[in-house]
Amino acid sequence: MIEGILIGLQTALSFQNLMMVMIGCFAGTIIGMLPGLGPMTAIALMIPITYGFDPATGLILMAGVYYGAVFGGSTSSILINAPGVPGTVATSFDGYPMAQQGKAGKALAIAAYSSFAGGTISAIFLLIAAPSLSKVSLSFRSPDYFGLMILGLTAVAAFSSKGNFLKAMMMCVLGLMLASIGQDTLSDIPRFTFNTMNLSDGISFVLVVMATFAMSEALTIIIKGNDPSKAAKQISLTDLGSIKVSKEETKQMAVTIPRSSILGFIVGVLPGAGATIASFLAYGMERNFVKSEEKEKFGKGSVQGLSAPETANNAACSGSFVPLLTLGIPGSGTTAVMLGALLGFGIQPGPRLYETNPEIFWSVIMSMYIGMVVLLILNLPLIPYIARILAVPRTFLIPMILFFSVTGIYLMSFNNFDIFLMIGIAVVATILRLYDFPMPPLILAFVLGGLMEENLRRSLLISDGSWSFLWDRPLTVVIMMVIILIITWQFYSSFIRKKV
Amino acid sequence: MKINSVKIISLLFFVLSAFYLYTAHQIQVFAFDEGAPFNAKTFPIYLGYAGMFFSGLKIVLPDTKPIEVDPTYLEFKKTILLVLTMIVYGATILKVGFFLSTSLFLVFSYYFLGERRWKYIIIFSFPFVAIFMYLLHGVLAVYLRDPLLKYIGIMG
Repeated sequence: MIEGILIGLQTALSFQNLMMVMIGCFAGTIIGMLPGLGPMTAIALMIPITYGFDPATGLILMAGVYYGAVFGGSTSSILINAPGVPGTVATSFDGYPMAQQGKAGKALAIAAYSSFAGGTISAIFLLIAAPSLSKVSLSFRSPDYFGLMILGLTAVAAFSSKGNFLKAMMMCVLGLMLASIGQDTLSDIPRFTFNTMNLSDGISFVLVVMATFAMSEALTIIIKGNDPSKAAKQISLTDLGSIKVSKEETKQMAVTIPRSSILGFIVGVLPGAGATIASFLAYGMERNFVKSEEKEKFGKGSVQGLSAPETANNAACSGSFVPLLTLGIPGSGTTAVMLGALLGFGIQPGPRLYETNPEIFWSVIMSMYIGMVVLLILNLPLIPYIARILAVPRTFLIPMILFFSVTGIYLMSFNNFDIFLMIGIAVVATILRLYDFPMPPLILAFVLGGLMEENLRRSLLISDGSWSFLWDRPLTVVIMMVIILIITWQFYSSFIRKKV
Repeated sequence: MKINSVKIISLLFFVLSAFYLYTAHQIQVFAFDEGAPFNAKTFPIYLGYAGMFFSGLKIVLPDTKPIEVDPTYLEFKKTILLVLTMIVYGATILKVGFFLSTSLFLVFSYYFLGERRWKYIIIFSFPFVAIFMYLLHGVLAVYLRDPLLKYIGIMG
C-alpha cells in the first residue's frame, strides 16, 4: 500500500496534475456556486477538455471539479440562501442566518474548515477501505454484478427524490433504453438505429450528460423565470466580514467533525445515498447530540449546525468513490458521470484497476487530499472575490452554458445531427424536470446499461437461460433481498402508510 | 383517477415503451442465435416490459406527491426563442464556421434574454469567441473547422 501511495503522490504532485487540481477546484467552485448548477454539470462541462489529457490527469481534473463544486454550492447556500446543489441545502439552515447576522465571512470559513476536515478524514478512510474492498470484490461473479447494478439503480431511484420512486424508475428505464441504441457489442447487430448511420455507434455519453444536465438546467432556469441575481442582493457580496474563527467555535467544530465525517463516509459508500442524505443525517444527528441551549440555536446560526452538514457532504463525496473504484459501479449520478469519462479513456474501473492501473487508482485518491488542501488555501482567501460571480446576470450566464454545451459536442463529433439530438434530449429533459422527474437515475442507468446487459448475458448463458442465477449464490441472494426491501419500503411509505 | 400532466407524461412513456418493445421484437438476430438464451434483442425486450410496467403503475396508482405547474409563471417565449436560436446555431456551425455562428448565437441569446447593454453584448461575443478559439486552436491544438476564417486567411 505504501508503494501505491508513493506512486499516487508522484503522479498527483507532478506540475501538470497539480495545476489540474487547482484549475479543477477553482472552476468547480465557480460553477457549483451558480444556483441550479451542481457537480454533475461542472464535471459534464469538463469532459470534452479532459479527453485531451492522459487518464490520470483527466480524472484528477474531474475530482478537483467535484470537490470545488460541492464547496461552491455551500457558498451560494450561505450567501444567498440558494443552494447550488441538493447536498448543500442543510448548509443553508444555519449558514444563511449566520450571514444575515453580518458573519458571512465566518460562516464561509467554518464551511471551508469543516469541508477540509471531513474530506481529509474520509480520504484516509478511502485509503484504507478501497484496496481491501478491491480484494474482496475479486470474488464477485456476473450475477453479483448484475444484482449490484440493479441495487444501485433502485437505491438511486429511492433516494434521489423522495416520493417519486416510480418516476425515478421510469427515468432508469429511459436511461437504459437510450444506452441500448446502436450496435450490439457482441454481435454488431444494429438496434434502434432506424437505418441512420448517425446512430450506429450509439448515443455519446457526453451528449446525454450535457443535454440532461448543463443544457436542460439552463433551460429550466429560463422557463421558470428564476433570477438568482435578484436574490443575491439580500446580502452584501462585497463586505463579507471577518473570516476568523474563535477558540470557542473551534472547540465546537472539533467535537462535530469526527462524528459527521464517519457518518458522511459510510452514507457516501452506500449506493444511491450520497452527499444530500449524508448532510441531512449529520444535521439531524448533531442536533440530537448537542446540549439543549445549543439546540435552541439550530436554524438561527449555530456553528455546529453549519459544521455538521458541511463535514458530512464532503466525507460522502470521498465515500462515493469506494464503489466506483473497487467495483466499477457508481453509487451516485456524479460518480456515474466519472465512470462514463473513464470508459471514454478506455479504462474499466473495478477490482482489477488496483492491479492494472495502480497509478490511476492511487493518484485519484491522493489528488483528493491535495484537492482539499488547494480548496482551503486557494479558495478561502479568494472567497470575497469569487462571491461576486453570484451577481453575474443570467442574461449572460445562460447563453454561456448553452455555448459550452454545444461546443463540447461539436468538438467531439463535428456533426450537426449530434447537436440537434442534444437539443431534442435537452427539451424533453426540461419538460420532465418541470414535473419532478429526476435526472440522476437516467444518467446512472445510461452509464450502467452496457455493463448490465453484459453481466445479464453472461449470467443467463452460464445458467442456460434460467433465472436461477439470482438465488444460486448467497451473495446474490443478499443483494436481491436488499433490492426487494427497498422496493417494498418505497411502496409501503408512499401508498400504505399515507392511507393509514 | 384524476388526470394531470404527470399522468399524461406517464401515458406517453407507456406508448414509447410499447413502441420500443415492438421495435425490439423486430431486431434481426443471426439464425443460430434465434433460440439462444440471450441474443441482441433479449435485454431490449425486458426493458420494453419494464417501461410499460412502471409507467402503467404511475398511471393507475394515485399521485402521492401531486405536482401542477402554473403555465402563467413559465417563460415560454424566451425558452422557445432560445431553443430556435440553438437549432439555427447547430445548423450553421459547420457551414458558416465556428467564429461567426458562435458569436451571433451569443449576441442573439443575450438579446432574447433581455440584455440591452450593447457594450457588454459585443465584448462577450466576438472578442470572447476569438479568445476562446485562440486558446483551443492555438494553445491546446484542438482542431476547429471554420471555412470563413480559412477563406479570409486567418486560419490555416
